[in-house]
Amino acid sequence: MHSDSRASLGLKLAAIGGLVFLLAPIALIFLYAFSTEEKSFQWPPPGFTTRWIGVTLNRPDVWEALSLSLKVAAISTILALIIGTLTAAAVARSRFFGRETISLLVVLPIALPGIITGISLRSAFSLLDIPFSTWTIVLGHATFCIVIVYNNAVARFRRTSSNLIDAAMDLGADGLQTFRLVILPNIATALLAGGMLAFALSFDEVIVTTFTAGNQTTLPIWMLEELVRPRQRPVTNVVAMAVVIVTVLPILAAYYLTRDGEHTAGSEK
Amino acid sequence: MSATDFSPTAPAIFAPRSGVLAGTVDWIIRHPRMFVFLLVLPITLWLGIVYIGALIALLIQSFFSVDEFSGVVVREFTLKTYGELFRPYNLDIILRTVGMAAAVSFAAAFIAFPIAYFAARYAKGKWKALFYIGVMLPLWSSYLVKIYAWKLVLAKEGILNWLFAKLHLTWLLDSVLAIPVIGGNSLSVSYMGTFLVFLYIWLPYMIIPVQASLERVPGSLIEAAADLGATPRQSFRFILLPLALPGVIAGSIFTFSLTLGDYIVPQIVGNSRLFIGQAVYTQQGTAGNIPLAAAFTVVPIIVMGIYLWGARKMGAFDAL
Repeated sequence: MHSDSRASLGLKLAAIGGLVFLLAPIALIFLYAFSTEEKSFQWPPPGFTTRWIGVTLNRPDVWEALSLSLKVAAISTILALIIGTLTAAAVARSRFFGRETISLLVVLPIALPGIITGISLRSAFSLLDIPFSTWTIVLGHATFCIVIVYNNAVARFRRTSSNLIDAAMDLGADGLQTFRLVILPNIATALLAGGMLAFALSFDEVIVTTFTAGNQTTLPIWMLEELVRPRQRPVTNVVAMAVVIVTVLPILAAYYLTRDGEHTAGSEK
Repeated sequence: MSATDFSPTAPAIFAPRSGVLAGTVDWIIRHPRMFVFLLVLPITLWLGIVYIGALIALLIQSFFSVDEFSGVVVREFTLKTYGELFRPYNLDIILRTVGMAAAVSFAAAFIAFPIAYFAARYAKGKWKALFYIGVMLPLWSSYLVKIYAWKLVLAKEGILNWLFAKLHLTWLLDSVLAIPVIGGNSLSVSYMGTFLVFLYIWLPYMIIPVQASLERVPGSLIEAAADLGATPRQSFRFILLPLALPGVIAGSIFTFSLTLGDYIVPQIVGNSRLFIGQAVYTQQGTAGNIPLAAAFTVVPIIVMGIYLWGARKMGAFDAL
């Protein structure tokens, strides 16, 4: 629906008011990162400084948390890419017993509240005598990252005409060649977008992580500790700003990638 | 006979190639059922066995109970733990959480509607992009950073109190905070604060489906209503709202379920009264009462089950 008539003043005000409500708190994060005030959240900030960025860059605990988060996000994304794509290929391309069950199964970890996934995994780990490690965090994250990759890949698989694959095979390409030269180029942008979203989701996850991390500190857990017991507000302000930047950039990139992917070759079935 | 022999006498199926990789690939291609099995094997192993197994194990624990004297879990079937949910203290937690989820969903629908309507019908060019970013940025920003931002907003020395003071409206804020139950000493330790943070965090989840359903409403329909003499209020009430309702319900599924399961927001902004998520967390952690924690996790599952069933009846799934 689109209209050339003008919106009424009331609607305009309500819509713009809503936009301010949505964006102002995030803008505040950027302002506070440069505030000179250390002990409180004073508004307006008494002055501006870039000192805290330097202080944050020299904090080993922030760096350790950041590197653990990046590591976990990278491994979970790779795992999710592999498992999610395989599952999407099976669900989109063939009919088999349990197909509906699998497409429901994949969505379950994201449909149920994170706390349920967290507690179940924790009890499963303790039941199987698996000690907490980076890998327990990775397994927790991969569980809900799979669905992100799966959703992107399954949509693209459905749009990619199976004629292309049949044609490649008819022309003598073997399975690997078909995969490398026909299937992969067709689904590449969908995988990239899914991978980026999965990465952003994992990088930001805190609820499942609190149950599967033991005493390791990812960046969100570091933030959570600061939120519950604020000790170093200026450093937290800077970290918060950095996290906004890191999570938003992949989102924008993923948006542009999937937008262009609407017109894939051979998509007219 | 080699695989490259294309003479008319060559058989339709090529001979197996040599080499481990090529041989395996050929073998898989020739066994489609095996191929599908291999594709779904990893997901079945992880989600189907470990994850579902863990969920079922959790559900089974909710039928166990904790011995009141020793604190040890008694592994015998009992409904006693579910009975504990109906003690006044625990029932309060459930009602408080469901009430909050309902209030957040209503308010989110109310605020989301004009934003979605404007974005769907009037915004174009730069404004369209601005509305897109306005919804996507808060949606995808870090969950904890959003809560942190609201800690900045709601702080006693923060921007909201400053605004009220500048506008000489401090008396208004004080009188709102003086309302029993929802009020408190300051915004950051009251239900009002918890409500505002929940509303902010889940609002984009309401805007997106509402906007999607509004974009499907033909503009000519509204114009026809106006031509036939409907006031804007009437065309909203009889045309726009019924057509957008599935989107609103779809959005409320998110806002409702996300509020039900959250345990971090009320822990950081709010008073000391627990929500379901916090109750689960304390019961499984410090209290060590896994059966009661498990029984508490069943509550949102049942509430959402009822909610989804109702939403399905109203056609909300077509709007997702």
